[in-house]
This record gives sequence, structure tokens and C-alpha cells, in this order.
Amino acid sequence: MKMRKNVLAGIALAATAALGLTGCGGSTAAPGSPKAGGITVYNAQHESLAQEWVDAFTQETGIKVTVRNGSDTEMSNQIIQEGAASPADVFLTENSPAMAQVENAGLFADVDKATIDQVPAEFRPSTGKWTGIAARSTVLVYDKAKLSADQLPVSMLDLAKPEWKGKWAASPTGADFQAIVAALLELKGEEATDAWLKGMKSNFTAYKGNSTAMKAVNAGEVDAALIYHYYYFSDQAKTGENSGNVAQHYFKKQDPGAFVSVSGGGVLAASKNADAAQEFLKFITGKKGQEVLKDGTSFEYTVGSGVPSNAKLIPLDELQAPKIDPAKLNSAKVTELMTKAGLL
Amino acid sequence: MDKADRGKRHRPPMGVSALSLLAVLIALFSLIPLGFVIYMTLTAGWDTVLELVVRPRVGELLANTILLILVTVPLCLLLGVGGAWLVERTNLRGRRWWALALAAPLAIPAFVNSYAWSSTVPSLAGLGAGTLIATLSYFPLVYIPVAATLGRLDPAIEQSAASLGLGPWGVFLKVVLPQLRIAMTGGSLLVALHLLSEYGAFAMIRFDTFTTAIMVQFQSTFNGAAGNMLASVLVLLCMLLLWGESKMRGTARYARVGFGAQGLPVRHPLGCFEVPAQLSLLAVGVLSVGIPLWSVLRWLVAGGAQVWEPARFLPALLQTLGYGLGGALLTIVVAFPMAYLAVRHASGFSRLLELSNYVTSSMPGIVVGLAFVTVSIKVVPGIYQSALVLLAAYVLLFLPRALVNLRAGLSQAPRELDEAAQSLGRSPFAAFFLVTLRLSAPAAAGGAALVFLAIVNELTATLLLAPNGTRTLATAFWAKSSEIDYMGAAPYALLMILISTPMTYLLFQQSKKAAGQ
Repeated sequence: MKMRKNVLAGIALAATAALGLTGCGGSTAAPGSPKAGGITVYNAQHESLAQEWVDAFTQETGIKVTVRNGSDTEMSNQIIQEGAASPADVFLTENSPAMAQVENAGLFADVDKATIDQVPAEFRPSTGKWTGIAARSTVLVYDKAKLSADQLPVSMLDLAKPEWKGKWAASPTGADFQAIVAALLELKGEEATDAWLKGMKSNFTAYKGNSTAMKAVNAGEVDAALIYHYYYFSDQAKTGENSGNVAQHYFKKQDPGAFVSVSGGGVLAASKNADAAQEFLKFITGKKGQEVLKDGTSFEYTVGSGVPSNAKLIPLDELQAPKIDPAKLNSAKVTELMTKAGLL
Repeated sequence: MDKADRGKRHRPPMGVSALSLLAVLIALFSLIPLGFVIYMTLTAGWDTVLELVVRPRVGELLANTILLILVTVPLCLLLGVGGAWLVERTNLRGRRWWALALAAPLAIPAFVNSYAWSSTVPSLAGLGAGTLIATLSYFPLVYIPVAATLGRLDPAIEQSAASLGLGPWGVFLKVVLPQLRIAMTGGSLLVALHLLSEYGAFAMIRFDTFTTAIMVQFQSTFNGAAGNMLASVLVLLCMLLLWGESKMRGTARYARVGFGAQGLPVRHPLGCFEVPAQLSLLAVGVLSVGIPLWSVLRWLVAGGAQVWEPARFLPALLQTLGYGLGGALLTIVVAFPMAYLAVRHASGFSRLLELSNYVTSSMPGIVVGLAFVTVSIKVVPGIYQSALVLLAAYVLLFLPRALVNLRAGLSQAPRELDEAAQSLGRSPFAAFFLVTLRLSAPAAAGGAALVFLAIVNELTATLLLAPNGTRTLATAFWAKSSEIDYMGAAPYALLMILISTPMTYLLFQQSKKAAGQ
């Protein structure tokens, strides 16, 4: 009898749990749908940074934010498939190609003028369908013990040459790296990109994630890694355990490897709570949102409201980045070329 | 329910036809992933299929996956059968303790094991590392059924063989090993299927298999054609494994017939092999349980109190428990019609249903996740991203575990008791609820516990299907460890291990009972 009681108690408990999950009483509304003026953010930015923004925004406005985390092009494709039924009100990325993709599908609403006015023209597309929210610079981190300054590549394109075989790492599966390839495609065309990717395939070692790639350089597993700048700074700010033996090499001279990637934010045309969504975008490009970048642990470059970047970083205007319209970066083509080269 | 056949013998307490209909619906539901990959392949067009399947990258993945299976499965057999033999058939000291210790690695999810190893030895990568982690995580899947079978073999056969002049090795190879065949092939199949569907453990050590490559494609394109084609190849591999296992299992039966009690199994004295045996077991224990636990605890200590962020941590725990309990209950309910038909009304039809379930049992979480994302977004947008879809995926993935247990439980609730209750004046329904259902409740609870354990540690389908704002222990752990925040990941790792431990113990106990039938 005791057994039976336990089983029944278990069943009752499980039933309650299941009901609680499906929204009490089997309503089929997706959890996270806007309640009491809340918004849903599809976030492909670093979770910790997005969380800082969300917490500060909710504290200021009282608007509840539900976050779904994923990666840039996963979420852009997801939003396109969801179409008008998408639960997303706001989309945040780490890089521009995914934003361009959603824009080209015609799913973004115009960004409020007040928000646009906070961001200089070079950090947003001319169409005004989305805006830059932060920026990151491409960098080659290398093992100080293995490479001296005169052995460093002059251009990112050199990394596809035979002398770099087995010497460098990257995270080809990440949107970060795919944005660099998108910039290369935009600057040098399909044929050159294809050739570079093939050279890369035989030369490089794949890691999952930029932080892992830098960690490998630091541990002496590989000489260098093509990543973005802020991994080095945020590790130095913590314990330095993954960057102690590492130095940074900025390509500059408008090289494809000097590409500065703009992280984007946009409001979906299908948003059921457009006012709150626009307000969120205005907040993160505004003074308080940009100060999160300046003072927080993300070490990404600021792009709005005249807030300077973290003093530890090399100023953006010294990086001699190539001029690229972020709206022109083509992620679908990049995925196709990388799949063809056997990198995905 | 037809009142006219009240006088019939063996009258089922519920309409068999209604049950059959339910079972058919469930079988059809469980074929959604297979249907999805077939549909996707057919609609992609031959050129696209060729372009996406016949390419060097797929060759690399195929080589990796096949090598992984070819190396890991024999290693798991060696550890599993060797360990089971030492524990069940020798006078090894501390064998009761060792018997549990060899099952213990199951309480450490493979991706937690991988995290522990790779954060201790950062250079771990590739096939060697994949084999190491997979072997240490999965050998109990062979050990548990083999140990259970060894414990109940009839010693008379071995004694006869010995009296006919076979030495100990000869007896083992010619008499014992053939009787372990079913347990060994079944265990090997489980290991191989786990190797095909594992994501987290391999992603962490940069070892690429079909599952990790599908996940990469998903992260780049959501549910694009390239990922779907890889999923078709993966499903094909799973089917090949099922077919291979059914061929290797053989048809010989080893059931004991006749009267009389079975003697206790013979235990062989180890003699001078005692020390090497103890040392080998110690090595296996340290590598499979010691290192992971030590590593998780090391990160916990390094992280201190600040990594236990209650605002993130408690919701993850509660959501995990909610999905675990809800999914387990739902799975048992869904498994019941099939199990009941299989036990009480066995027929060609019920075997066909079982076959569908057999196919389902091999589906990797990533394929189920892909299928459900696509189907829910295109066919039933009303439930897209709801908890319902994720629960449905759990039911489908873990239905086989519930079925095995339920069938065992139902077959121990003889129909005659049900009939006796009816002849004493209970209505068929009451008899069913008071007798059959009650007698099979413990087995159902066991099955539910196994499903719960599986849900707590599920990663891929959960990553794809979790409703907005949902974080389970597994996905929270994954997010932290992906950013190499080892300290932040440690509390989630510890909790998953703590939840898994009692369930693993239960599984171990059940295997002993099941073998005794």
C-alpha cells in the first residue's frame, strides 16, 4: 500500500509540474509571449552582455524581457522561417551579416529616428532598418614564445599560404569568423575567397569558439588564432590564465584582416509590442547602454551616444579598417562557400 | 466496449480495438523523425542530395564516426565483460562495492565527463580523446546487462563442461560467452547508438561526428538542407546498426527448462591475480568516476560561493525537474497501450508496433529536434516553441525505456488475477485498475525514473526546442562551458550528477531483478 501511495503522490506531482509547464490548463500560447507589455529578445550576442543590458533596461523601465539565446545566422534564419508569427520583438547579433539577411527578407521595422541619431553613420546601414549596437575588430592573437614581430603575416590572406600550414587556428563554425569571411567576399570577390578558404582548410586547426582558440594558443598547442579583439582583454581583466603568453597583431592598412564587425540590433515588423521594443533599442544605443560596454566585462567597442570605448582598447580610429557597408555582407553565400570548402 | 460478449473468456478490460487505435497513433507519431528525413531527402532533389552527401567533409565525418564505433565498442565490451566476470564469478575482495562502482559512471553525463577531462587536460582532442571519454562514459551499458546475466546462468552447464575436460578458459569461451551473447550485442548496440547521438562530449574536445556537424549547420543556417542531409545519413547509420545487431544477436535460446532449483554460480579463486585485478578495477574507477568528480569539485572550490547565482540557478533546477517529471509521466502514459497489447494480446500487429518503437529507439536527439522544429513551424505553428513540443520530443526519445519496464511489469501481473477479481463481482474496469494497474505500478515507476534521468541529461533536442526563456541544467551548463567559464558550469555539473546518482542505483537494482525472471 505504501508503494501505491508513493506512486500516486509522484503522479500528482508530475501532473502539476506538467500543467505548470504548459501554461496552466493547456493554453497553447507559446511561453514567453508578451505579457503585461513584456518583450522577447532573440539574442545572438554574448549572453553575459545581453543580460547586463536586459537587467539595466528592466530596472529603468519596469519592462520585462524574455531572452532566447542562439547564434547569429541560426536566429536570422529562424526569424525568417517564423515570418509574421515570430515571437521575437527585438533581434541582437554579434555581427552584421545576419542583420542584413533579416533586412533583405523585409522583416525589420524602421528604427526610431531618436535611436538612429545616437549612432554615427559608419556603424549602421544607410537604410535605417537596423542599427549598430557595438563593434569588434578582427585580430591575430599569437604565442609570444613562438613568433616574433617580423614573422607575423602582413595580410590575413597570407594565412592561406603553405608556410602557415599547421600554424594557426580559428572557429569556423562561429558567426564571428563567418563575418570575417563575408568581409573578405565583399572586398575581394568569390574566386579569391574560395581560394583562401581552400588554403585555410589545409592550413588551420578548428576550435569551437574564439575563447577556446585563444586558450589553445596560450597553451602552446598552435602558434596563432584569427579571432576578435575583446577575448584577450576580458581574459586579462579576469585571471589572465588563458592569455598570459599571448600578444595581439592588428593587420591595419585596410586589409580584410583589419575588418571591424558591427554588432546589430533591430525591431521586428511583426512585433506585437513595438513601442517597448524600440525603447529597448534606444536604451542600449543610448548613454546607459553604451556605458555597459565601456565599464563592463565585455570589452567590445562602443558605437553610440558619444560614449568612449574602454580605455584599455586601441581606439577604433587607429585600426585602419576597410570601408564596408554592413548591409552588403552576404551570410548565405559564405555558408555555402564554407560548406563547399569542407569547413562546415 | 461491446456488452454482448460478456461471457467470453479472456475478455479484455478495455476495448482492445480502442487500445490498438491508440497504439497505432503513437507508433505513427514516433515515426515522425524518420518520415521527416525521408521527406526532406525526397523533396531536396537528387542533385542537391548528391552535392551535400557525396563530399569530402561527409567522408571525414564517416571515417571519424566509424572509427569511433570500431574502437570504442570493443573497449566497452572488454571493460564491461571483464568487470562483470570479476564481480560475479570470482572471489574478488570487495566485489559488492566494485559491482556498484562499475555502474557508477552512468551517473555522470558524458558531456560533464568531457568537461571534466578537457578542463584538466586541455590538449585533449580528436579520435583518441573521443574514444577515451566515450569508453569511460558508456562501458556500464555493457557491464550492467552482462553482470545481470552472469549472475543467473545455470552453473550445471559449466560443471558438465568442466567434468568433460574443459579448462577454465575453455569453459568461459565455449560455454559462458555464448550465453552472454544477447546481453553483449544489446549493450554494444546501446553504446554505438549513444556514440552516434552524442553531441556535447565530442563538441568539447573538437572531435567531429555527424551529430556535431549537424549542430554546426543548425547554428549557421537553422534547419538548412545541408544539415538535413547529414541527418539522413545519420539515420541510415542508426538503421544499419539496428540491422547488424538483430543479425548478430542470433536466435538461440538459453532459457532453463525443467524442475528443481538452480544452483549458485561457481566462483573461481583469483589467487595471484587478485592484485592485478584490484589494480585494474581501481584504474577504471579512478578514470571514469574519480577524475570527473575531482575535476567538478576542483572548479566548485575555485569558484567559491559566487558561482551559485540563485537567480539563474533555481529556475534552471525547477524547469529541469518540471520537464523531467512531466515528461516521465507522459511517457509512461503513452507507453501503456503498446506495452499492454504486447503482453496481453501478442500478435503480428503488436510486433509491428514494436518494430516502429525499435526504430524510434535509435533516433538521435538532434534528428528528433530538427524534425520537431521544422514540423511545428510549418505544420502546427500554434504549438511552435511551446513546452508541449519539447515534452513530445522527450516522449518520443525515451519511449523505449518506459516500454521495456512496463512490459516486464505487466507480464508479472497475470491475467488470471484480473479474471478472479471480475468473478468476485468487480467490473472489468475496476478489476483492471485495482489489479493489473496496481501490480504494474512499481515497474511503471522504474520506467518513469529512467525517463526522468534521460530528460535531465538531454542536451541537443532541448537546445533546439526549449521555449523562450527556458533554461535547463543541461543547457545552462552548456552555455557556461561553451564560454570556457569552467567555474560557472560546475554547480550545474554537480547537480546533474546528484540527480543522476539515485536513478543509476535504481537502474542497477532493476537489472538484477529483470535478469532473475
